[in-house]
Amino acid sequence: MNSEQLTTNNESRIARAFKDKKAFIPFITGGDPDLETTEKVLYALAEAGADMIEIGIPFSDPVAEGPVIEAADERALKAGCTVDKLFDLVIRVRANMQIPLCFMSYYNPIFAYGVDRFTGKCKTCGINGLIVPDLPFEERDELLNPCRANGLELISLIAPTSEERIATIAKSSSGFLYCVSSLGVTGERSELGGGVRRMVEQAKKVSDIPCAVGFGISTPEQAGETAEFADGVIIGSAFVRLIAEHGRDCAEPVRQFAQAIRRQV
Amino acid sequence: MTNGRFGSYGGQYIPETLMNAIKELERAYDRWRGDPGFISELNALLKEYAGRPSLLYYAKKMTADLGGAKVYLKREDLNHTGSHKINNVLGQALLAKKMGKKRMIAETGAGQHGVATATAATLLGMECEIFMGKEDMERQALNVYRMRMLGAKVNCVTSGTATLKDAVNATMREWAGRMEDTHYCLGSVMGPHPFPTMVRDFQAVIGREIKEQILLKEGRLPDSVIACVGGGSNAIGAFYEFIGDREVELIGCEAGGRGTGTPDNAATVTNGSVGVFHGMKSYFCQDEYGQIAPVYSISAGLDYPGVGPEHADLFDRKRARYVAVTDDEAVAAFDYLTRMEGIIPAIESAHAVAYAMVYAPKLGKDQIIVVNLSGRGDKDVAAIARHKGVTISEQ
Repeated sequence: MNSEQLTTNNESRIARAFKDKKAFIPFITGGDPDLETTEKVLYALAEAGADMIEIGIPFSDPVAEGPVIEAADERALKAGCTVDKLFDLVIRVRANMQIPLCFMSYYNPIFAYGVDRFTGKCKTCGINGLIVPDLPFEERDELLNPCRANGLELISLIAPTSEERIATIAKSSSGFLYCVSSLGVTGERSELGGGVRRMVEQAKKVSDIPCAVGFGISTPEQAGETAEFADGVIIGSAFVRLIAEHGRDCAEPVRQFAQAIRRQV
Repeated sequence: MTNGRFGSYGGQYIPETLMNAIKELERAYDRWRGDPGFISELNALLKEYAGRPSLLYYAKKMTADLGGAKVYLKREDLNHTGSHKINNVLGQALLAKKMGKKRMIAETGAGQHGVATATAATLLGMECEIFMGKEDMERQALNVYRMRMLGAKVNCVTSGTATLKDAVNATMREWAGRMEDTHYCLGSVMGPHPFPTMVRDFQAVIGREIKEQILLKEGRLPDSVIACVGGGSNAIGAFYEFIGDREVELIGCEAGGRGTGTPDNAATVTNGSVGVFHGMKSYFCQDEYGQIAPVYSISAGLDYPGVGPEHADLFDRKRARYVAVTDDEAVAAFDYLTRMEGIIPAIESAHAVAYAMVYAPKLGKDQIIVVNLSGRGDKDVAAIARHKGVTISEQ
């Protein structure tokens, strides 16, 4: 398979997640509480109907995360999770899983691995996209070209404060647009920011890119409400909290929660 | 993109949520940095409130004792609030006022930046919240109480290593949740652009004064300027004026902790590698997978796993050199300066004094060293006593 074909396949794989339906996109921290459990959780999520899964690469200093995901990163690192071990895990699950998989990583683990080596490895393992929360539009070129060369989507983010930046970012985004619903860090919220619907509308004006909303969504009801105006719903902390509560026995509760979300999205 | 770059270092590696706040700050700084009214307002505060210019003191006894180069001390310890931190804070606080901000937040390690921020907030009638690692709150308890007396809320940061880097994480998170009325008063020449440039500009007064004062006293430039480096603001402040004067050697002293051969140090340039963290590309102490290392130093102010991007560039260009000074050497220098000159230096600044003690004897008597004494050591007295196994109590 040449790289152009792969690019096309990968693009269609992320695009397919949004085709004729609202996408349900769970996030979990890779290697929390250990890699075996992460593998089971990935299967459980796929079986429960996830359209795409975001796997967080644990980082020592996750500045965009709230306490729930920060604690998960700490547990994963303590348990010995590394980027290389996550690549091995992806190779294993890829053999049994068709839905697109994205890595969510802070930039330094990617930079330290080497951007070419990292994106090349993603391609080999079957990762379809990267979400890098501390690499804004202005700085993304150094990762964008290696991503393109390896058929990976570099997912752009917009936030409630983005205002006039929304159009610029939306126009040049690919895969899907990650719409951050609220100010602050990741974590469950009883009420979502009211501006997110307007953000999605603004993006839609300039681009037909699918818009997935994340940050703060934690219940099936919130997921359902969000899916009314967004193309996809990203849920992280609520899953990570379940994993923290149930440890190695978390696959079943995760499956049930994912099914409950799926029914609303 | 070249904006905010020092060679390949610097940049704006921050979450999208913060981008417009950073852009707003960038625009405001560009708008006000050259404004005559702003400059004279800042200069008046520096003179009348902070006590500038600070003295350039000839350490006669120390010079005689070391038997080499003449040693001058730039007395930033004599500034109001006890360190160089006030230079930057007054600049940023004035700017924040111009921007219509009503609240300042800041990280602090040793507590000097926190005290300076709390002070400026009080003076200018702003709310203030400080984020400080739990470990640092314990070893710098006096400064915690000073901040509270000044009306600041001090938040205890327990995540990660509970030191300076975690305090920066916590302050960034707080800022991402509340930007509208809040300015993040970053304390060093680090973080995303425009902070490394702006903080350097506000600290550059140190080097400008050194140059003027040494020309007056000696009729020539110094051979070496020595300063301690954590994030690197007092060092860049002392160095900046001399970068174009190739004959002046610039030396940064990093925290060597229990030794650069042990895991317990914070010698970023000596031991670190290039990475991207806290909004900037620079040198960081990290493992092969880019996880930021849990660094260590006796000095809470130097206990940071990164260094400002301009230092990374000065190092790469070989315009400045960086040496590691251990805890024990710093404590010995703390004692030495106290007993020799009757000046109690901050444990951070003692790292620079320690290197001067080694270096001065190697130079000739006709040569001149300037040590930037970035802060005073009152805050460290209890910790130094603990280090020596002495318990002191005021009860």
